[in-house]
Amino acid sequence: MIEAGLRRYEKINDEIKSFLTKNNKCTVKDVNGQRYIGCALDEGKTIEIYGTPGNDMACYLNGGKIIVYGNCQDAVGNTMNGGEIIVHGHSGDAMGYGMRDGQIYIKDKVACRGGIHMKEFRDMRPVLVIGQNAGSFLGEYMAGGTIVILGLNLKRGEKLFGTHCASGMHGGRIFVRGSFPKENLSDNIKIEKLNKDDEKELKAYVKKYCKYFGADFETVMSKPFRKLVPATSRPYANLYTPN
Amino acid sequence: MIGYIPRKFTVIRDNDLCTNCGGCVSQCANECHSINAEKNRVLTNSNNCVACHRCVDMCPVSALRIEKYICDYRNNANWTPEYQQEIVRQANTGSTLLSAMGNPKPYPIYWDKILLNASQVTNPSIDPLREPMEIRTILGRKPDKIEIEKKGKSLTKMPPQIILETPIMFSAMSFGSISLNAQKALAMAAKELGTIFNTGEGGLHPDLESFGKYAAVQVASGRFGVHKGYLNNCRFIEIKIGQGAKPGIGGHLPGEKVNVEVSNARMIPEGSDAISPAPHHDIYSIEDLRQLIWSLKQATDATKPVAVKIAAVHNIAAIASGCARAGADIVVIDGFRGGTGAAPTRIRDNVGIPIELALAAADQRLRDEGIRSTISLVASGSFRCSSDIVKAIALGADACYVASAPLIAMGCHMCHTCNTGKCNWGIATQKPELTKRLNPNMAQKRIENLVNAWNHEIKEIMGGMGINAIDSLRGNRLMLRGIGLTNKELEILGIIHAGE
Amino acid sequence: MLKEGKVRIPSGCAIAAIIDRKGNMINGSEIIKSISLMHDRSNGLGGGFAAYGIYPEHKDEYAIHVFYDSADARKKCEEFLFKHFNIDVAERIPTKQVANIEKGPDIWRYFGKANRVRMKNARLDEEEYVAKCVTNVNNGIDGAYIFSSGKNMGCFKAVGYPEDVGEFYMLDNYNAYIWTAHGRFPTNTPGWWGGSHPFNILDWSIVHNGEISSYDANRRYIEQFGYKCTMQTDTEVITYLFDHLLRHHRLPIDVAADVLTAPEWEEIDRMEKDKKEYYTTLRSIYSGALVNGPFSVILGSNKGLLAINDRLKLRSLTAATKGDKAYFASEESAIRIICPDPEKVWSVSGAEPVFIPLEIETSEVEDL
Repeated sequence: MIEAGLRRYEKINDEIKSFLTKNNKCTVKDVNGQRYIGCALDEGKTIEIYGTPGNDMACYLNGGKIIVYGNCQDAVGNTMNGGEIIVHGHSGDAMGYGMRDGQIYIKDKVACRGGIHMKEFRDMRPVLVIGQNAGSFLGEYMAGGTIVILGLNLKRGEKLFGTHCASGMHGGRIFVRGSFPKENLSDNIKIEKLNKDDEKELKAYVKKYCKYFGADFETVMSKPFRKLVPATSRPYANLYTPN
Repeated sequence: MIGYIPRKFTVIRDNDLCTNCGGCVSQCANECHSINAEKNRVLTNSNNCVACHRCVDMCPVSALRIEKYICDYRNNANWTPEYQQEIVRQANTGSTLLSAMGNPKPYPIYWDKILLNASQVTNPSIDPLREPMEIRTILGRKPDKIEIEKKGKSLTKMPPQIILETPIMFSAMSFGSISLNAQKALAMAAKELGTIFNTGEGGLHPDLESFGKYAAVQVASGRFGVHKGYLNNCRFIEIKIGQGAKPGIGGHLPGEKVNVEVSNARMIPEGSDAISPAPHHDIYSIEDLRQLIWSLKQATDATKPVAVKIAAVHNIAAIASGCARAGADIVVIDGFRGGTGAAPTRIRDNVGIPIELALAAADQRLRDEGIRSTISLVASGSFRCSSDIVKAIALGADACYVASAPLIAMGCHMCHTCNTGKCNWGIATQKPELTKRLNPNMAQKRIENLVNAWNHEIKEIMGGMGINAIDSLRGNRLMLRGIGLTNKELEILGIIHAGE
Repeated sequence: MLKEGKVRIPSGCAIAAIIDRKGNMINGSEIIKSISLMHDRSNGLGGGFAAYGIYPEHKDEYAIHVFYDSADARKKCEEFLFKHFNIDVAERIPTKQVANIEKGPDIWRYFGKANRVRMKNARLDEEEYVAKCVTNVNNGIDGAYIFSSGKNMGCFKAVGYPEDVGEFYMLDNYNAYIWTAHGRFPTNTPGWWGGSHPFNILDWSIVHNGEISSYDANRRYIEQFGYKCTMQTDTEVITYLFDHLLRHHRLPIDVAADVLTAPEWEEIDRMEKDKKEYYTTLRSIYSGALVNGPFSVILGSNKGLLAINDRLKLRSLTAATKGDKAYFASEESAIRIICPDPEKVWSVSGAEPVFIPLEIETSEVEDL
């Protein structure tokens, strides 16, 4: 176990790295904003974090697993390439920016620009599951992968997602549970019913969510889900004319 | 027809010479040439001609020639034919105008208004053919001072350094914007020349992975192809904040250029648009840049220098200084004449400032701040010849990025239509029938020839100045004199006028 | 015509130096004899000397030599000096009329210690404080120019041939364990005494022959660190480079010499690992301090004498030793005239700086 305290992130991350050369799991306690924890962590390695990890947690995550008992700040899972992040709390802006594969489970809220520019490639399909709700610009530029947003424990008047949702989205899908603010959706987004494959995919994610955070699967699934997809994969096809 | 736009060129065919072999028909991806089976003759439709000269070059009997097509408008210095045609084009389509290559407008080119010095009497010129003449260039962060045990034994642990055998590097051109053969040629030439090529924001194609030691890998806002392996297989990492040809806006590789190979390198599905957002969405402020720089250092165990490339814009000196203070080991400034595979015309032609002024201002500011010697400064944005590079180094650059010049070396004729994807020279295209026209080995040789020739010219100019190491040319503005420049221009360039 | 410093004036030169490594005294007439033999290398537009060990009675005080263009300048400068130093002695430097030396500035010297209270308030160490004071006078007080500011040493210079300058200052009245001398061949007639050499800051004095082609690269490098090259001469910028490397970076003198005259890459590439790393690091960090073009330089200080030559060996410099004495001069004959039978004579090559350390402890210096 590593006590982070108020020490510099370089030191903490070096300690984690060297600990993980001989072990597969590392617990870090009393984390106070130290950045880049779990940066480019490889498959087979797990880091448990207690406290408030700093920005860019799990950036370039490379198959490793990160569990956070606390809230996260900005740019969690930045440009991640695979692996899993589980946050027992909420997260800041630009979560999962450009993520290409792997899964992120957030118990509560995600702030602005969650899942921005998520993409997919061959069998790489990133997943972002949000327990409560999301801020504005959810899924901006989204080019692939799946966002699931459950709307659990919403207070009266709280919306499932903020304005400009899926702005510029040209790939991937967002599964939304229950009622959602249609007025906050960007142009060129279609609302569809889930097909069989979607259902199957969704259930797998929800099951994991429930397992991680102790929610009841049946209750979660009791409300209807809808799927948001881009109306075209080429939203800007006619934007330009050769001069 | 209201939407008429006169064509730009006419292909002239000398029918006395033409053997109707049909070679030109197969050469032109713009479909200017066709065979009339009935008459058994090759016909020409000049409407699509872009003056790429492919057919002219390939015609075995030299029967073809390109001429400007002149369809006169009433004289009007304000409403030039160009502006009228652009309006027609936009009325036809409702679209943003898209152009390629660098800013072609007649803004001042300061390289042409700066003269170089040579030694006479008071110190000797040096003959580069027979005396040592060093152009080796080292990029990367440097500590303020050396710590030593004794003379001959250093105790300083140097941050990762990039040792180049020439101050000329190949700037970012992604696989996608150019063909794999073109990028391969640059990679192979970089290896031979002891310099680097830059992947642009297109990832590194598996075929080029063995060239990692000669690659700068770019991390741009779209994060295409960025992963741990990519970041660790390079000489240095370049964060692309901006590009001189289109400061402030992102990139957009249309789906039709994303074939299976491009998709592999960028790690996105085939046929999907590759959109690079205007900003990095994890950088909304200078302290966020520091965050990205150090995240890249974390991901590479600090073994790779991190460069930050910014477009030359109005407040460039302060921005460059901010980048250096945020931890950039190399600051790259791209001037507004820098090339591009595609940029909105209005942005390309109106946004940003010339590299000469930006470089001079940034170099001076970094010196005023006392940090110039701890980082490297790379200039980019249209170097047409070796003396441009000498002038840039004397203004303060450590090294220069070139892109258009090696493209021309491998066949580009500057037809300004990279964005159409129909490059007849196999450079700016992904069509297999076109890309196979570019022989990477031959192109490599031509690029090497060019850089070797420039290297020699640089040495010759340095020798004339009595300088035998490029270190002593760097920032040596006394070697420069302005010609026909205003006091303000001279002041910004930090040089005095010819005759002074 | 612009005064030196407002315009860059290329110059050629003659240089000479003598050191007695055991600290035995050498009379000023020796160095005059040596430099005057090379009369034809200078053109009468600048000459000067630096002498170490000449002020034993004031050895712990800064000896500040000043040129004044006017009484008003002296008033302002003295006001500044009396405020920033505890001045013991203020006097005109003795001179005599010499036919070939035209009327020049009023020349004064002051002995004093740095004002501790002001120094502490400025949060500077002593040398930095004194260097700043010198810069402030030279940049801030019109008509006043401090041309020497070391301890137990002094520069003497004027517009004229060096032998005339020596006579003017009556240097045969001074004994020193190190002498350096300079005869200048400026391409123009700067006519300003401050522009003559040696150039000095604190303990460091430089005489130099040649016109470096890296001048502006070196200037713009060193100006990052608070220096201001007001003279626009090579000698000035080389002095600052040494001052910076030795005083701020605490490099030994031979390492500083390596910075200025680093070996060629081709040579470095062939070196064994440690040396290769050492020189690569030096060249990487101190790229802006590499001096290029023709030069031979002699750096004097209370530590000893350093002679360096450019990498291509474009300027002549001969060294010789006999017993405890070492001699340097642009031409061998200028050594032989004062040391007819040296034990060893050699030409200083670009790759091999020569450093002759002064082998007397500071305490011994104080005993003199």
